[in-house]
Amino acid sequence: MQINDELIKKISQIVTEELLAIGEKNQGGSSAPSMLGRDRINEKKSDYSSYPKAQKGTNPKEIVIGVGAAFQREIKRTICNIPLDDVIKNVKAGIEEEGMVARVVKILDTSDVCFMALEAAKISGSGFGVGIQSKGTTVIHQRDLYPLSNLELFPQAPLMTLETYRQIGKNAAKYVKGEQVVPIPCTNDPMSRPKYQVKAALMHIAETEQLDPKLGIIEWEGK
Amino acid sequence: MERSKRIEALDKRPVNLDGFINEWPEMGFVAMSSPYDPKPSVKVLNGKIVELDGKQRSDFDFIDQFIADYAIDIDKTEASMAVSSLEIARMIVDINVSRKDVIELISGITPAKMVEVMNYLNVVELMMGMQKIRARKTPGNQAHITNLKDDPVQIAADAAEGALRGFAEEETTMGVARYAPLSAIALLIGSQVGRPGVLTQCSAEEATELELGIRGLTTYAETLSVYGTENVFVDGDDTPYSKAFLNSAYASRGLKVRFTSGAGSEVLMGSSEKKSMLYLECRCLYVTKGAGSQGIQNGSVSCIGIPGAVPAGIREVIAENLVAALLGLECASSNDQSFSNSDMRRTARTMLQFLPGTDFIFSGYAAEPNYDNMFAGSNFDAEDFDDYNVLQRDMQVDGGLRPVTEEEVIKVRNKAAKAVQAVFNNLGLSPVSDEQVERVTYAHGSKDTPARDVTADLMSAEDVLKRGITGVDIVRALAESGYEDIADNVLSMLKQRVVGDYMQTSAILDKDFNVLSGVNTPNDYMGPGTGYRVEGSRWEEIKKIPHIINPQDI
Repeated sequence: MQINDELIKKISQIVTEELLAIGEKNQGGSSAPSMLGRDRINEKKSDYSSYPKAQKGTNPKEIVIGVGAAFQREIKRTICNIPLDDVIKNVKAGIEEEGMVARVVKILDTSDVCFMALEAAKISGSGFGVGIQSKGTTVIHQRDLYPLSNLELFPQAPLMTLETYRQIGKNAAKYVKGEQVVPIPCTNDPMSRPKYQVKAALMHIAETEQLDPKLGIIEWEGK
Repeated sequence: MERSKRIEALDKRPVNLDGFINEWPEMGFVAMSSPYDPKPSVKVLNGKIVELDGKQRSDFDFIDQFIADYAIDIDKTEASMAVSSLEIARMIVDINVSRKDVIELISGITPAKMVEVMNYLNVVELMMGMQKIRARKTPGNQAHITNLKDDPVQIAADAAEGALRGFAEEETTMGVARYAPLSAIALLIGSQVGRPGVLTQCSAEEATELELGIRGLTTYAETLSVYGTENVFVDGDDTPYSKAFLNSAYASRGLKVRFTSGAGSEVLMGSSEKKSMLYLECRCLYVTKGAGSQGIQNGSVSCIGIPGAVPAGIREVIAENLVAALLGLECASSNDQSFSNSDMRRTARTMLQFLPGTDFIFSGYAAEPNYDNMFAGSNFDAEDFDDYNVLQRDMQVDGGLRPVTEEEVIKVRNKAAKAVQAVFNNLGLSPVSDEQVERVTYAHGSKDTPARDVTADLMSAEDVLKRGITGVDIVRALAESGYEDIADNVLSMLKQRVVGDYMQTSAILDKDFNVLSGVNTPNDYMGPGTGYRVEGSRWEEIKKIPHIINPQDI
């Protein structure tokens, strides 16, 4: 049997992986690798310079959904593991069920969900927009409101379900139609902070490090 | 591998549901000191600070510049910086050095120097420092009054009960932001039913909160957030200067205001500039002082999951509370956010503020069950009231609360709910049914109450703003509905704004509307036999917990 460098590398990789897996099982957090000295979570930054710049819509039925910089790219699931593809599908479905039209853009100049939603609202034909961070936090906004004021805010991302996302789409559409909208009932889990806040911070860092303010807002179809 | 039954049992303990992370200074996950924190330094030229913590004036960001120009005593700074950090740390815990002398010396040191001083103190020394440096002689407590339904009737009832239980301040917020005017009105009325003189606040978007304050529907404000890095400020469309203007806007109408800051916010926003949480929080506190605010709500506040996840994070929290006090600020010391799945851990965290006493130990304590707490859960809630009262009694410590009887609770809840019903009726706002008054009176939380007509409530809330309803209208509506005693109390709260004394550092009001502040009742602790002691009628009150064994029943 020929022993070459590649084989040795492969074997040691398998052994290391097994050891790491055992370590994770038995020692809990103590096996977490040190991140000391690293400045980023993802070494690579996505390049969106070839994407079309988002234009201001003219269709009065249009609602713009502004997603986060890492959405469906570096981050594929929300903080509670809902695939982002499904999140988008449901918000769009909610909008369409109420007879309105959805357009998705990616916001590359801010990762603050209120500002994301407001930017989406400003380029939307109807003046209403939805902002969704990659971790799942969502806001419904309207063009002429204060940034930190809003129509509806869903701050507890760990409590979101696909049904909530669909409802958000429906409510956004109802605001466009000028109906009396009953806000989606609040949910509250007092224990989500201790469990999720660190993960939320890491996801927000991963999103923020993908920002590319020069590009502003781009059209986004999930690819 | 066969699993150890012991380790399996430990893995299932609630504490292991909490999130923990290794130190990662590059991303700001570091509590007390980061290798990237600057070294302390200062240089003064022609009456101006030209170098601050290793940075030349030409390289200052707007926070550095604000601190250099407004937060450090330029006449004292060179002398203060010449005293070693270890010596300053020792003076903080030395019972022979007065609070006044410490604060005077501290007024000349820089943020990086403050971090160095704090790093010399362990948690017991930090508590000792807080006991001595806290501004007001008596400690206090603040409640959160909220519910999942944003039901104003429940807000009034919980506010009344909270006031009865001893909270000196009560703060509400909403699930649906547009409810704010109704929440503010209900809180104002309810608080004055429970105990005259309780201050109230409605935490909302800044412009709305200011408008409610100007109209006299609230009596203080707290959510003026400041941050330790320029990026996070800019993200929020703000600067230290804009916060100073907002602070002055409240002051111009005679409203008490404090700022808010705390460890972890810059980490959560992804902009920590590799600095430690304590260093960034020191910058926030200097900005707060420079902007002329009388006080701060700090102690990580809503970001507690971040310092709570790293080594020495809870030591950092009491350290940042102490820094606030050292800068002469009123300190509402957080404990206001769910922090751990472990009862042991969440109690231990609170002891660091409870034992020394702070101006407000909680900012605030959920005076409703946590499922109703719209600040996403507090560290203690209504179900912990008896535990808290027993802790006060066990240790002879004043945590700001008192035991109450069931009869009193029902009485004040009912009166508050009825008063809100009457005021809403008088002002033509959304109706409150007798059934709702009854259910809210006996309720524990919103699971026990009937649903409100949300659409009608939101229309009424808008109406309050459109019609320009003010505190005086509430007074009139109360008086016309036969609630003259509550009308008197609300009017007395409005008068405070004309007098303005409750804008002094750490001010609260007693039941006769007398101001108790760091100015007229200063903390004079200088070791055993001095300072605030739990004794006399207050000690008798604390002793009277429910469920005491009657020897004659045996």
